[in-house]
Amino acid sequence: MSLRVTLAVAARVLAQLRRDPRTIALIVGVPCLLEALLKELFRGGPVFQHAGPPLLGLFPFVTMFLVTSITMLRERTSGTLERLMTMPLAKLDLLAGYGLAFALVAVVQAAVVSLLSFGLLGLHVEGARIVVVALAVANAVLGSALGLFVSAFAQTEFQAVQFMPAMVFPQILLCGLFVDREAMATWLRWISDALPLTYAYDALARTATGTYGSRFVVDVCVVGGCILVALALGAATLRRRTA
Amino acid sequence: MNAVEVERLRVVRGGKVVLHDLSCGVASGSVTGLLGPSGSGKSTLIRAIVGVQRVAGGGVRVLGSPAGAKQLRARVGYMTQTPSVYGDLTVRENLRFFASVLGASRDRVEEAIAEVSLLEDADRVVARLSGGQRARVSLAAALLGAPELLVLDEPTVGLDPVLRRDLWRLFHELAEQGATLIVSSHVMDEADRCTALLLIREGQLLAQGTPAELRARTGAEQLDDAFLRLIETRS
Ligand SMILES: Nc1ncnc2c1ncn2[C@@H]1O[C@H](COP(=O)(O)OP(=O)(O)OP(=O)(O)O)[C@@H](O)[C@H]1O
Ligand SMILES: [Mg+2]
Repeated sequence: MSLRVTLAVAARVLAQLRRDPRTIALIVGVPCLLEALLKELFRGGPVFQHAGPPLLGLFPFVTMFLVTSITMLRERTSGTLERLMTMPLAKLDLLAGYGLAFALVAVVQAAVVSLLSFGLLGLHVEGARIVVVALAVANAVLGSALGLFVSAFAQTEFQAVQFMPAMVFPQILLCGLFVDREAMATWLRWISDALPLTYAYDALARTATGTYGSRFVVDVCVVGGCILVALALGAATLRRRTA
Repeated sequence: MNAVEVERLRVVRGGKVVLHDLSCGVASGSVTGLLGPSGSGKSTLIRAIVGVQRVAGGGVRVLGSPAGAKQLRARVGYMTQTPSVYGDLTVRENLRFFASVLGASRDRVEEAIAEVSLLEDADRVVARLSGGQRARVSLAAALLGAPELLVLDEPTVGLDPVLRRDLWRLFHELAEQGATLIVSSHVMDEADRCTALLLIREGQLLAQGTPAELRARTGAEQLDDAFLRLIETRS
């Protein structure tokens, strides 16, 4: 692994994104719009206060999942990946470069959405706001890592986009935001236990209520572990030799 | 001394045998033309030489190591058939990125841009360049690391005669400085610019030698005709 190459990859991904201001506007603007909508819909009441922080923290997961899987798919189909695979570049350089670039984007996204939500919209958390932002960034990296992995199974951009509802919606439904995990049928809770977003949600919910506890540490460790596993899976799908 | 040694190479793609136990060699310091009709397996052979093609049998040795070996990655330059550069970056941004990966200097980036005559377009976004310009960006990326072996898949397609002449001149200069070049083409009039030729057809080696040798062997004046005669005597 080489720091020079990792940074070069990250800088390149960011330069590509900079050429596409509309995508940047959407990445930052859409979650802002949704938070505002949520607030108006529930008139700033308990539902907004309950769902607002998780939404803030989980949004980067969804965005970065999509952005990364499409960017990586393009890299595969345009032949640039084939070229890079003949160059002195470790697979980990590529993955880390992507992760770094999208983590930075997530910092911006989470910062803007937090400013709006905590400032203008009057969202309130008992825990530290910076923890919400930090969790949002961790979720973004998790989304990126999973996006890299699934991009190997998509031949076209249509397919890559369809992986989003398939991989993300069930996790959001089962994470405990819509239905309390205690109230779920046992088998559903088992599935919920096995999904990384459950832990990401739990950490955010605990930050919102300010009841971190030891469970919070477990949550953070699970999310961290899932990032590493997803990156390893992603690395396994990057082949120097193809058919 | 051979820079590339292909030994009974067998490649299967999409359930079809694309290279049938093909053996050939590429001499060090040569500008070797890889010629053959569309679909004959030129790109597949090139991919095997740079080590990105999964092979079913046989092997390729490049500069004394197995193709694709780690220590070769800084010593081999590869230009894919379809331009493999980032459409949303400028020419210079593309090349600076590949230069950082290769550990090449900023000066080398400017040199490579000049070598492919793109100085005037260096700050244009690649997606808005013409096909031939885009191909030259891709070529410049292969030149960046000053590689000992340059493997170029149809580098002159879609270029005008002046640019083509300039690029062939560059290829020979690089060979004089000690590099080995493999250049694929399906236009026979480029064959005469090579110091050695590999003719392949349907995944098999039809002939190898210098243009003069091939003329002598077939008694044909034009290499086009030589190629056709070789096909006829085979079948
Ligand atoms: N990705 C692929 N999957 C399956 N088969 C492939 C693939 N790419 C090429 N082939 C097949 O392999 C054979 C050789 O293809 P190759 O691209 O090596 O030909 P080529 O000589 O480079 O042709 P051209 O001059 O048109 O570029 C063809 O029959 C082609 O159909
Ligand atoms: Mg080809």
